[in-house]
Amino acid sequence: MYKAVVIGVSAGGLHALSKILPQLPSDYPLAVIIVQHRAKTQDNFLVEHFDQVSAIKVCEARPSQPILPQCVYFAPGGYHLLIEQEQTFSLSIDPPVNYAIPSIDVLFESAARCYRDCLIGIILTGANSDGSDGLVAVKKQGGLTLVQDPNTAENSVMPEAALNKVDVDYMMTLDDIGDFLANIILPGE
Amino acid sequence: MSKMDTQAFEIDQFLAAVEFRYGYDFNHYAKASLARRILNRVQLCQLDNVSQLIPLVLHDPNFFELFLKDMSITVTDMFRDAFVFKKIRESVFNQLRTYSRVNIWHAGCATGEEVYSIAIMLKEEGLLKRSRIYATDFNNHSLEIARKGIYPADKIQQFTQNYLAAGGKASFADYYHAKFNNAKMQESLKEHITFANHNLVKDQVFAQMHLILCRNVLIYFDLSLQNRVLNLFKDSLSHKGFLVLGDKESLAFTGVEDAFYEYEKKQSIYQRAGYV
Repeated sequence: MYKAVVIGVSAGGLHALSKILPQLPSDYPLAVIIVQHRAKTQDNFLVEHFDQVSAIKVCEARPSQPILPQCVYFAPGGYHLLIEQEQTFSLSIDPPVNYAIPSIDVLFESAARCYRDCLIGIILTGANSDGSDGLVAVKKQGGLTLVQDPNTAENSVMPEAALNKVDVDYMMTLDDIGDFLANIILPGE
Repeated sequence: MSKMDTQAFEIDQFLAAVEFRYGYDFNHYAKASLARRILNRVQLCQLDNVSQLIPLVLHDPNFFELFLKDMSITVTDMFRDAFVFKKIRESVFNQLRTYSRVNIWHAGCATGEEVYSIAIMLKEEGLLKRSRIYATDFNNHSLEIARKGIYPADKIQQFTQNYLAAGGKASFADYYHAKFNNAKMQESLKEHITFANHNLVKDQVFAQMHLILCRNVLIYFDLSLQNRVLNLFKDSLSHKGFLVLGDKESLAFTGVEDAFYEYEKKQSIYQRAGYV
């Protein structure tokens, strides 16, 4: 039933994702797509780091690339990441949204359009309100919505903003989010 | 039927109206960012849905101009991605030096910041006098800004930083005149630039090129339109001519991969392979 997980995270993301991504097995049945707010840099530390510490394959999303399970995709710095109906990626350099490029709203809204109720949307720690509208879109399309418990977030602004806009399905600690994702059983297994 | 299905249908109808009335074909644009731009416009006009844009665009050419502007607004700078421009200066230009006349096509040049960046580098490398830069875009409004070469003064600091990071050899201030809150690019740069309207969706090859820059344009197209445009570039490039794409763009997943060598992977610079 679920096909993809979208995760939005800002300040405090390195630590937060370290609690989640290493818990996913290499044959994880979903695609995981992440916007981590970051500046445009030449090196690709984030992707290389998580690829090293995780069993699941971690890479940077490329334009026109088909989105497949068993892989974690990061939005490149300095570009918005969007999902096309054909379940491929596209990029844009449209103006920042919520001061952010990549913007979580942009990813989530296009993901909701494509995956509808087969999508899980997650908002983690962060210092601005990007992602709230995106999570509204996920919920509207029947997707599952998760937010990190703001009390446990390195920066609570982003999860709080999301909770204010969306009646979410679950509010959890990072460890629980990791467990939850790792233990999703899809029908037919 | 869900709201999203209806919306996709409405967007198709709107694009059909645009094509019928003005002859611009946006059907092969990547739908996700196209939808986002159109829905933004719905919100800015305080309308309820995409369908309400259809009578507006059919009967008001000014509204169409507004839509064209929406379709062209992107983040741009001079020497954006300085490491790419540095590589062009240090590596690609050395190859171009062997030609007595250098033709450069800047496809999808938008408001021209990168065109002037290339012209400045050509000048510093002693190549400008034998070069002709064809800077094209489908949007006349953007082209007009590019042609004037006037940019807000508050951008100069960023431009200057990028210029230095890209290996600038002189002072960026040599290339513009500050006037009020604007900076006007030097006329001597413009003498070697031809600005012209060219629509990658429907127009053809117009000259043989030694270098084509088309950065962050293809990301807005679907795969079939990407292939059309890349074939234009393939046909336009001379033997061993260069193609520079956006730093996250590549020929992967396209149909022309075999016609090019990967010249500099990180900078997305390709070289035309020998004709067969």
